[in-house]
Amino acid sequence: MSIYLDHNATAPLDPRVLEAMQPWLAGVHGNPASVHKPGRSDHAALEAARAQVAALVSAKPTEVVFTGGGTEADNLGLKGVCYGRPSGRLLVGAVEHSAVLGPADALADLGWQVERIPADGEGRYDLATLDKSLAKKDVKLVSAMLANNETGVLQDVKAIAARVHGAGALLHCDAVQAVGKIAVDFRALCADLMTLSAHKLNGPRGVGALIMDRRVDLKPLVHGGGQEQGLRGGTENLAGIVGFGKAAELARQELTQRADHARRLRDALEAGLRDISGIRIFSGGVERLPNTVQFGIEGIDGEWLVMELDKRGIAVSSGSACHSGKGEPSHVLLAMGVDAAIAKGALRMSFGLGNSNTDVETALKAVHEIVAARPARVAAVGW
Amino acid sequence: MTIYLDYAATTPLDPKVAAKMAAHLTLDGVFANPASIHAPGRAARAAVEEARGQVAALVGATPEEIVFTSGATESDNMAIKGVARFRRDKGRHIVTSRIEHKAVLDACKQLEKEGFEVTWLKPDAGGLIQPEAVQNALRKDTVLVSLMHANNELGTMNDIAAIGKRVRAHGAVFHVDAAQSAGKLPIDLKTLPVDLMSFAAHKVYGPKGMGALYVRREPKVNLEPLIHGGGHEQGLRSGTLATHQIVGMGEAFRLAQELLPEEAKRLTALRERLQQRLQTISGVLLNGHASQRLPGILNLSFPGVEGESLLYACEELAVSSGSACNAADREPSYVLRALGRDDQLAGASLRFSLGRFTTEAEVDRAAAVVIEQYRRLTALAA
Repeated sequence: MSIYLDHNATAPLDPRVLEAMQPWLAGVHGNPASVHKPGRSDHAALEAARAQVAALVSAKPTEVVFTGGGTEADNLGLKGVCYGRPSGRLLVGAVEHSAVLGPADALADLGWQVERIPADGEGRYDLATLDKSLAKKDVKLVSAMLANNETGVLQDVKAIAARVHGAGALLHCDAVQAVGKIAVDFRALCADLMTLSAHKLNGPRGVGALIMDRRVDLKPLVHGGGQEQGLRGGTENLAGIVGFGKAAELARQELTQRADHARRLRDALEAGLRDISGIRIFSGGVERLPNTVQFGIEGIDGEWLVMELDKRGIAVSSGSACHSGKGEPSHVLLAMGVDAAIAKGALRMSFGLGNSNTDVETALKAVHEIVAARPARVAAVGW
Repeated sequence: MTIYLDYAATTPLDPKVAAKMAAHLTLDGVFANPASIHAPGRAARAAVEEARGQVAALVGATPEEIVFTSGATESDNMAIKGVARFRRDKGRHIVTSRIEHKAVLDACKQLEKEGFEVTWLKPDAGGLIQPEAVQNALRKDTVLVSLMHANNELGTMNDIAAIGKRVRAHGAVFHVDAAQSAGKLPIDLKTLPVDLMSFAAHKVYGPKGMGALYVRREPKVNLEPLIHGGGHEQGLRSGTLATHQIVGMGEAFRLAQELLPEEAKRLTALRERLQQRLQTISGVLLNGHASQRLPGILNLSFPGVEGESLLYACEELAVSSGSACNAADREPSYVLRALGRDDQLAGASLRFSLGRFTTEAEVDRAAAVVIEQYRRLTALAA
């Protein structure tokens, strides 16, 4: 039996979520836009899920736009705002996920002036630089994440929102990694747009949501059919949406115990790692997600360590799954001023459903053994 | 018990598909992120690639030509906007028809706002777009032609081989929405001159929220992605791959390929049986070409009754009047209007769509219900 410590890449589906999805995977089969009978109960299920997702982040159901995932919701948040406006300046955080940086680059090709908000050594955005950028005119939109997927560092989104709104711009917040791990309140954060993804909170993949203040003028990315109040065409992924709703409800009910459980495991792991010589824990000195630790060990290649642990049945990541196997140092760590050689050595462990103390002990033992045996191994593989 | 005759709107999951999906979700299954390099990630990647092969096999594509999306609506948007935006310096003219699915119509209307000019072809009386009509619409600045393979309301089939030949000779890109036809009749992209083709899983007993776009490799078709990010799907469509959805689509397409020859025959016979019975009502009109059509779709207009009343009178049947995506609009079908039907006949139309789980007894019962309710409504009106 393998040990899965990569919950930030994707979290396994909660069996209770699968149970909630089952009626929509078998038997019930209306198209929710149809007016005949099976269609009507599907519509009710769709709206119930919308309310569950809204409740998790203290938003209104009408503020929830379901999408095909977090990446699509980030694209909708950024492009949806910019497509309807004459081009101007767009600020994005330097440690954002590629789902934000990708659309920002695409908007740059369309004439938007895209600037990065720098991060400090712990990965937090530099608010003084943000102030300076906002003081120059014509910023239309800012995108800043709530929790980083690699280091787990939390941004002060509320403080960012106040500055952004003061400059008359809109704020999009990628909250994909935060939701389900810490309490997230859309109103309190004061963001105008916020991205969620079901599979990061033990819901199904292929479904996400953009939470939006309805006063924002947003242009759809996917046209046709008029679903989601015209903001996202296409027959709804009902089983997925129902699963998202259930996952959101469970996350809301169990948030504290989940966070405590993950934090206990993460802290135990971290305590056991600290005596490895040359180890550096990224963002270790600031507020982070309770379940995440990312570290680098001097002289050790992260992907090599991932593969060594994999041989022992322990699934971890060197950083973002989207960049796995590409051998490039993490843009997140580089933005924090981490040396490229150390950044290449990064390893992320993220805890969640099904993890136990035994998993921590096994993982710690494995890391220590691999690191201790390193010279011989490295010689053997010619590194 | 409702008799479900709305398979063109959506199909139930085949139980084999549901079982396969359930095995790719939880901790004890193949649940990991296919982009992860560890063993669980590699297992998920293998499952995704097997499914890609299954989808490709049904339509004669190579696996690398299949890009997974969140559904046919996204595929249509990605193809149409993607090609137009990529080729905008080559020309700004697009050819499509008035009876396309809303996904195509609305994507083209969006491009009109972006400075493209769209020629909206009118179908002939049989609901078909003739190759000559396409030929005549092509201009020097035409960059894209988008036409559906089978119409979702009528079931009629365009001759995409003949149309594609003309589009290719001209040099424009040819996109075909095959959401309704894939798995119903053979499609061979090795021989068809088509550059892009949209597919939906949920029309073929697969999951909702899942689709694919075929993007031809030779000659290569370039397009601007709709969704940017981590560079998944060869950079054409970013976003974490939903393994369970993808394996569901793979299994659905594999089953469709296995069952296709037999199902096409069986559904044709059932549709003809239903048609014969309903055409005993005097004045009932068949919408769309009589023979150039999908096996499972029958669209009829009923004279002298109101469409909504007829639909509600037949509540024992799950059928559509027009496309489900328009049901909330309560407007007479734009497809039937394009065929020249007046408001009454366009409004008083029923689309019966038959599928894998439809039985002869259901067809007979459906015919009896419609005939009985139609007689009752016309008697009331008189």
